[in-house]
Amino acid sequence: MSLRTSGSARAGQYAALLCYLVFLAFPFLWLISTAFKPARELGSLHPTWIPEQPTLDNFRQAFDEQPLLRAAANSLTAALCAALIAVVVATPMAYVMARHRGRLATAATGWVVVSQAFPFVLVIIPLFLVLKNLHLINSLWGLVMVYVVWSLPFALWMLAGYVRAVPPELEEAAAVDGAGKVRILVSVTAPLLAPGIVATALFAFITAWNEFFFALVLLKTPEKQTLPVVLTHFLGAEGVADLGPLAAAAFLATLPSLVLFAVIQKRITGGLTAGAVKH
Amino acid sequence: MRRPVLRASATIATVLALLLTGCTGAGPDGADAGGTIRLSFQSLAWQKESVDANKELVKEWNAAHPRIQVDYVQGSWDNVHDQLLTSFEGGEAPDIIHDASDDLADFAYGGYLADLRTLLPDRLTQDIPQQSWRTATFGDGVYGVPFLQEPRVLIANTEILEESGVRVPTPSEPWSWPEFRRVTAKLTGKGRFGVAWPLKEPVSVTLNLGLSAGGQLFHRDADGKVTIRFDEGDGVMPGTVRDQVGTDRSAARTALGMSGSDTLPGFFGGRYAMVPLGFSYRQQVVEQAPEGFEWTVLPAPAGSGGLAQGVSPQTLSVAEDSPHKEEAVQFIDFLLRPANMVRLARGDWMLPTGTQALADPALHTAEHGWATGTALARDLRPAPAQSVRGYPEWKDKVATPALQEYYSGAIGAGELRKRLVDDGNRVLARYQR
Repeated sequence: MSLRTSGSARAGQYAALLCYLVFLAFPFLWLISTAFKPARELGSLHPTWIPEQPTLDNFRQAFDEQPLLRAAANSLTAALCAALIAVVVATPMAYVMARHRGRLATAATGWVVVSQAFPFVLVIIPLFLVLKNLHLINSLWGLVMVYVVWSLPFALWMLAGYVRAVPPELEEAAAVDGAGKVRILVSVTAPLLAPGIVATALFAFITAWNEFFFALVLLKTPEKQTLPVVLTHFLGAEGVADLGPLAAAAFLATLPSLVLFAVIQKRITGGLTAGAVKH
Repeated sequence: MRRPVLRASATIATVLALLLTGCTGAGPDGADAGGTIRLSFQSLAWQKESVDANKELVKEWNAAHPRIQVDYVQGSWDNVHDQLLTSFEGGEAPDIIHDASDDLADFAYGGYLADLRTLLPDRLTQDIPQQSWRTATFGDGVYGVPFLQEPRVLIANTEILEESGVRVPTPSEPWSWPEFRRVTAKLTGKGRFGVAWPLKEPVSVTLNLGLSAGGQLFHRDADGKVTIRFDEGDGVMPGTVRDQVGTDRSAARTALGMSGSDTLPGFFGGRYAMVPLGFSYRQQVVEQAPEGFEWTVLPAPAGSGGLAQGVSPQTLSVAEDSPHKEEAVQFIDFLLRPANMVRLARGDWMLPTGTQALADPALHTAEHGWATGTALARDLRPAPAQSVRGYPEWKDKVATPALQEYYSGAIGAGELRKRLVDDGNRVLARYQR
């Protein structure tokens, strides 16, 4: 079978890719455009991509009206802690699940899949009561715990996949060379798992960074509210919104995720493909 | 190479731990060690003027009442029902709760809110009209103080209206529904529609404006049991809209799926001569209208029920679990003094429910249509379904799809009636066993 692609097929592929990129980028580009438009342009019947009279007023208003920096610091703290803890807890569990196949591992995998089916509203009241008994309502620690628990099943499932992709023969070879179990894990398996760990941490970070409902319910005082909760303060009843400042604040809120992806994207893809083929 | 990484990791871990530790802390409830009572007030105010007004009033109260201090908590309309329900179940609800009367039924019947009848001062009870109190009355109890409300009005392009030569309606001489239909037909042409009905959420607007034509839909018998009936008056408003969209083409079909805000660009661009919107949308019109754009506020059409329309006012309630209900009601009484109610109303571009506040000259100016809105206040009634158990399910599963299909022309009046009544009564029956 030939792997060569004809010119027209290649053009078609690029066209499809372009359409997909436009589809993905459109909401974000529109968000940026809205963030820099004055209120009167937002009500224009013929909206333009490039603001006719670009302004920073929406950003000024957003910062004046809401404590965005404090909320961002709270979000960052919660998301970083959640990502860190989720990865630390999930990595050894994932290793065991992937390497030691047995009834327990099968049951654990099944539970991971089932746990994804529970909607937020179903668990929130029991969760609230548990956290209340632990005196963790209105506490970022409590929120971090919830985020860890919430992202753990998927993180586990994701990491187990990465562990399975590491050939056991490598570990066996190291054992033959006299390396102990810990040495094998630290020197052989862990470096190969690094891209997977980074990807999983990123997943846990973004899940926590964007999460709204748990933060809304569990955090009471304004000083502890996270960014997604503060963003809703630009929304009124029946979907009415203060669109300009909302777009400005939402644009700023997406930046950390974008920067993170931009910085570590190469590492993830590089790690994923490393050693995939023999040269 | 590894040492700097280890050091950086340790530093990050320490900083995070310190941040988290700093952010942890159990909030005091009830009275603190010095005997000062602390109340939490969750407000859903969101527009800057409104938030400022609320915060200033809390500050004034705290300055005047050192033994009863109120903490302002900024809530959000988004998911407020689930957030409150969880707080109630967990015994962590705020003492004073800002919400809307159509969201209170479950909380009132569920025993989460305090019955305010014996707690309210006479001044407040007498200042707010009976029809407003009815919006927060569930069973025998009163579970909230209704304080802000908004009628639906027609926001119209003055220039188009004047050019067309149609009679301009006033609260004393509003358009009838047939006249409104004729007017929109006259305003239509040259790529312009007479009206744009934003009916993305069609149920409450249909029920609320239906009162003007004598519609009621929900009928309560002597035993308190509610059944749905679709009488002649119930069909007037939906029938008019459907005729405007399908027969006269004087209402924009594309607007049927829009929210109120979505119609504003078309309104400013001259594509729609009028848009029926809530009274508070004037704030967005003022903010977004192009330079020199002239607009006016007109009353919604009237029918056999006059200018009556349903509203679900914003309310202030007290949590049943609050250990300081009397103090919480004292704060509500302060917040809703006539002058303060005016400040809150202007901040939210809505109408106060209080009779004295409504008489304030600041709310009777022609500017931005305040006078028109104020004149409509006496005809505002409780939204027909808000105290009906099972209404949210009927609204989501039965009424919303049925009305959307009817307005778009997919089903006729017979099918609409069948679904609203037959399917609707089946839903309600499950809640009234």
